[in-house]
Amino acid sequence: MSRIHVLAPGFLTTVQDLGRFGYAHFGISASGAADPLALRAGNLLVGNAENAPALEMTLTGGEFAFEGTAVISLTGSDFASSIPLWQPVEIRNGETLTCGPARSGARCYLSIRGGLDVPLMMGSASVHVMTGVGGRPLRRGDVLPIGDRAVRRPRKPALGAPAHRGMACLRTTAGPQARWFGDELYTGGYRVREESNRMGIRLEGPALPSPGGHMITEGVPLGAVQAPPDGQPIVLFVEHQTTGGYPKPANVISADFWRLGQLRPRDEIRFERITMEGALALLRDQEEWLYSL
Amino acid sequence: MPVLVLMIVLEDLYEIDERPDIFPTRICHPGDVKPVTIQPVSDRSLLLSLGDEISFDAHLAVVRLTQCLQGVRGILNLHPAYTSVLVDFDPRLRSHAQVEALVRERMASHADQLPPEPRRFEIPVHYGGENGPDLGDVARHTGLTERRVVELHAAAEYLVYFVGFATCFPYLGGLPPELATPRLAAPRKYVPEGSVAIGAEQAGIYPLASPGGWRLIGRTHLKLFDPSESPPPLLRMGDRVRFVPVREAQP
Repeated sequence: MSRIHVLAPGFLTTVQDLGRFGYAHFGISASGAADPLALRAGNLLVGNAENAPALEMTLTGGEFAFEGTAVISLTGSDFASSIPLWQPVEIRNGETLTCGPARSGARCYLSIRGGLDVPLMMGSASVHVMTGVGGRPLRRGDVLPIGDRAVRRPRKPALGAPAHRGMACLRTTAGPQARWFGDELYTGGYRVREESNRMGIRLEGPALPSPGGHMITEGVPLGAVQAPPDGQPIVLFVEHQTTGGYPKPANVISADFWRLGQLRPRDEIRFERITMEGALALLRDQEEWLYSL
Repeated sequence: MPVLVLMIVLEDLYEIDERPDIFPTRICHPGDVKPVTIQPVSDRSLLLSLGDEISFDAHLAVVRLTQCLQGVRGILNLHPAYTSVLVDFDPRLRSHAQVEALVRERMASHADQLPPEPRRFEIPVHYGGENGPDLGDVARHTGLTERRVVELHAAAEYLVYFVGFATCFPYLGGLPPELATPRLAAPRKYVPEGSVAIGAEQAGIYPLASPGGWRLIGRTHLKLFDPSESPPPLLRMGDRVRFVPVREAQP
């Protein structure tokens, strides 16, 4: 069986699949890949099911030695590695893959044909970093066995892969308390704050006024834009709390979740309002692209 | 249960003023259905709402909804809260209208389902000192002695309205109104695991170390959630909880 030896883990590298569903009523959010589009594409390119466990690297990549041969792909952001992105690449026994600092975006996925053979916790291999559910970030010396769960042949290089540019436009639909707010969210740009993490993306920019409504703690979905008392929005991310008491003017659309995963501190973003039908049409287009791989 | 032994210790120490059970075991009859409003709140979720009044009736309706939607194909996650349930679904497989129809159909077919019998737990608590650094502040704010704060806190029965926030945090109703104390102006970066807390009119227990803005009055060594084990966690929606003061030093 082939294995990966972690020579250097990078800044924050974790095993991720598409998340752990069915436990939100215990306060456990799904976690899963921060850029699910890159993870799914990476898995499809090497011939895996799209949900196979892979490595998510954050801001600075790691160094990995392969024991045995492997077919891998790097998808998401460019982490200054020697292999091309968005295509399957054969790795020889003993070869080392070195990834460096992100040249753009925040996350890069290393998918391996056959998937990582790691234990599942509550049906998922995803590490929930904040709580330790599903494991912990990689450390030097960790060894990851490669599985044999490939489902088809590796694919041709992906064409038209999504690219993260400095300024992201996040499309949103109305949140449950949208009526309490005016246009403030959409008039200016916001900057991603350093304290952002997999729980939430904290923004700074034009403060949202405190709405007058009476808010009772309620369930919150992925991508919800919360307005806390200081008016600086927080976008709930993959390790988000399952319930919350702040009003929510908007919700980032599913087709833009991958953009959230590629935001890095100090990036500029702006919000745009679209209709529910528009959001679903954009999601269909994105799925079409994935199925073209 | 070992906590029963501790109750004897408690009785020498404190005079318990018996409060009536404010959460009757079952007041809702099969077939009672509160009107539910259903609203899309993202392109992959619906919020099922039972109004904006926190009540035991609304809680029972939330329990019933959560129960009847458990394990339904096409529903990814359920987030129950005080008066609502958020339903996450996969928008590639289901539309909002389809999920709404599914929810209404399940509500109708499960209208006779009774909520599970409540389970009762006693949680041993080391109050005050370094286990409860805000006990003094709660006493000052409420105008009570620390001893009285502990007596009142430990005399009440609490209802687990729901479990949520960040990992198995039980939202407890039933805090004696005299003990209500506002949250900290600036949340702590680190709240130790097992901290027993008051946040305005609510009570809770931090299952894992995390940031938090509630007032910490004590700590339990009971493990509410172990990340290396699969759920369910110790406390679940609908359970009843009492706190039992313990005198020994920190475990």
